[in-house]
Amino acid sequence: MTTLIRKMMTADSDSTLLVKSLQFLSQRAKAVVLPMVGIAVFLVIWSFAANSIDTSLGKFPGPKAVATQIGNLYHEHQSEREKEAAFYQRQEERNAKRIAKDPGYQPKIRAYTGKETFLDQIGTSLVTVMSGFILAAVIAIPLGIAVGLSKTLNTAINPIIQVFKPVSPLAWLPLVTMVVSAVYVSPEPMFAKSFINSMITVTLCCLWPMVINTSVGVAAINQDWVNVSRVLRLPSLVHVQKIVLPASIPAIFTGMRLSLGIAWMVLIAAEMLAQNPGLGKFVWDEFQNGSSQSLSRIMTAVIVIGFIGFLLDRAMLQLQRLVSWDKESANR
Amino acid sequence: MSILLDISKIDMVFPTPKGDFTALKEVDLKIKKGEFISLIGHSGCGKSTVLNVVAGLLQATKGGVLLNNKEVTEPGPERAVVFQNHSLLPWLTAYQNVELAVKQVFNRKMSKAEMQDWIEHNLRLVHMDHAMHKRPDEISGGMKQRVGIARALAMQPEVLLMDEPFGALDALTRAHMQDSLMEIQDELNNTVIMITHDVDEAVLLSDRIVMMTNGPAATVGEILDVKLERPRDRLSLAQDAEYNRLRSAVLTFLYEKQRKVENIPAQSSSKKTGETGDLQKVDNTNDVDVA
Ligand SMILES: Nc1ncnc2c1ncn2[C@@H]1O[C@H](COP(=O)(O)OP(=O)(O)OP(=O)(O)O)[C@@H](O)[C@H]1O
Ligand SMILES: [Mg+2]
Repeated sequence: MTTLIRKMMTADSDSTLLVKSLQFLSQRAKAVVLPMVGIAVFLVIWSFAANSIDTSLGKFPGPKAVATQIGNLYHEHQSEREKEAAFYQRQEERNAKRIAKDPGYQPKIRAYTGKETFLDQIGTSLVTVMSGFILAAVIAIPLGIAVGLSKTLNTAINPIIQVFKPVSPLAWLPLVTMVVSAVYVSPEPMFAKSFINSMITVTLCCLWPMVINTSVGVAAINQDWVNVSRVLRLPSLVHVQKIVLPASIPAIFTGMRLSLGIAWMVLIAAEMLAQNPGLGKFVWDEFQNGSSQSLSRIMTAVIVIGFIGFLLDRAMLQLQRLVSWDKESANR
Repeated sequence: MSILLDISKIDMVFPTPKGDFTALKEVDLKIKKGEFISLIGHSGCGKSTVLNVVAGLLQATKGGVLLNNKEVTEPGPERAVVFQNHSLLPWLTAYQNVELAVKQVFNRKMSKAEMQDWIEHNLRLVHMDHAMHKRPDEISGGMKQRVGIARALAMQPEVLLMDEPFGALDALTRAHMQDSLMEIQDELNNTVIMITHDVDEAVLLSDRIVMMTNGPAATVGEILDVKLERPRDRLSLAQDAEYNRLRSAVLTFLYEKQRKVENIPAQSSSKKTGETGDLQKVDNTNDVDVA
């Protein structure tokens, strides 16, 4: 019986192989081709739509205008960098001369204060969002674990979380700004106040999703695992470290991805609103500038913001794959 | 021999939204060192509750459990539990799962090298040394259950508590695991309480079979002494008169004396729901599942 089946299979295997590989190819092709088609259609619609919209600053930017601007912005960045290098070189030469004349002279080094380029603004926004996010994680994950473990704490804190969760962090921004300028006074500040303001705003909006997801994950730990820990009489700290933390990693990551996505959106808005350095400020400045290029530069920024948001989420996903034992949840 | 474990007239009452529910009433059982006890009874009668009280995971409402004349008040590694669904930690390998237990129990009593030897020894005992660096999701159900048993054995418990350890396994794997368990038992002579739904398993493995009455207010119905010689062999026992007498004694208890009277819809015979819709099948099957 089995040999018969095997014979049938070998006779058939050539054609099945062909069909299989064709199917495989078409699947792969689909995964590549369909998004390409989608993008192409989008570009066509976009350029048509752009062509037919007239604004007081000229036509709405189409794909071509954006492509040109990407080139422009990059060149501006490079020439700015060259200027900066030249500035420092001149300064050094000047100082060297003074020292040659007068060995007791203490050289003054002044920082270059050129305009921030688009790439600088991207860097600023990225650093801000990551700092705020990490600060939030440092606070929210331990707090979430504590709330998840203790029913008492949960009952006590839950109303506060529920009330603050729906508040847009932008509403906090004026308060944060005032508090920071009142509290953060030092003669030689390590960070700019604007950076601190943006960062705290990011932290505020990351906090709640992380606390909630972590605590829900911790509270929902498989009772069997808790029983294993009880039978072993694991001390509380070991229990948290060996059982609770790994068990709730998937939930923690869900919270982190959620809040990083929100944080990126909120940060751009906060930068626009508060004129803090970053991509938001770039957009706002271009808008105020109102030159014929402004709209295409803003459109470029919009697309870059989207890409960065996408990449941030991918990066979190990769991190989750690296850390989590639960490969299933990392694929969602 | 003296009494190692004394389950002394325990009552267990669960508070529920519909009022108190008395799950156990005056369950009383004395177990000697080295004895292998099976707990058998219909689904939902309270077997797991008894085991959890002995483990210390639940506190009896009345009465108590004495181990070596000391009252049990909390869980501890001297009463190791093998849970029904293995409950291995999925982020640790088989080795690390056992290691977690060994590190906790033999902290400062063993050197690092001794610990490693001991972990590997226990995994070898359940024939899992070849896959000890695999994670639970990379091994089969039977293998997971073996690791769960290795983890419990590695604690060197005074009493080993097993809640339907082979319940989720197919019949062949289960037979295999029973043979392994008998082998280990010959070597270590542990004191064991095992919950089972399988009549053959109970007769094959036990020194005594404790049959529980139906709940609510379940208690010990009858206790059957199994005086079959060890080592036991399932094939030759199949013809053995004493074996068959014991087997039918258990079946009689379950299906005549403690026959479930409640009416269950005809479709509910799946094992998962744990109900007794398939009473008719009892006569013509060899591997009787009470659930
Ligand atoms: N925490 C609880 N609260 C309320 N009732 C409970 C609780 N735990 C168990 N019970 C009830 O106690 C009874 C005995 O439950 P138990 O789990 O011990 O049964 P069992 O014999 O192990 O059943 P099975 O063979 O299906 O595992 C059941 O009727 C169950 O509904
Ligand atoms: Mg049970």
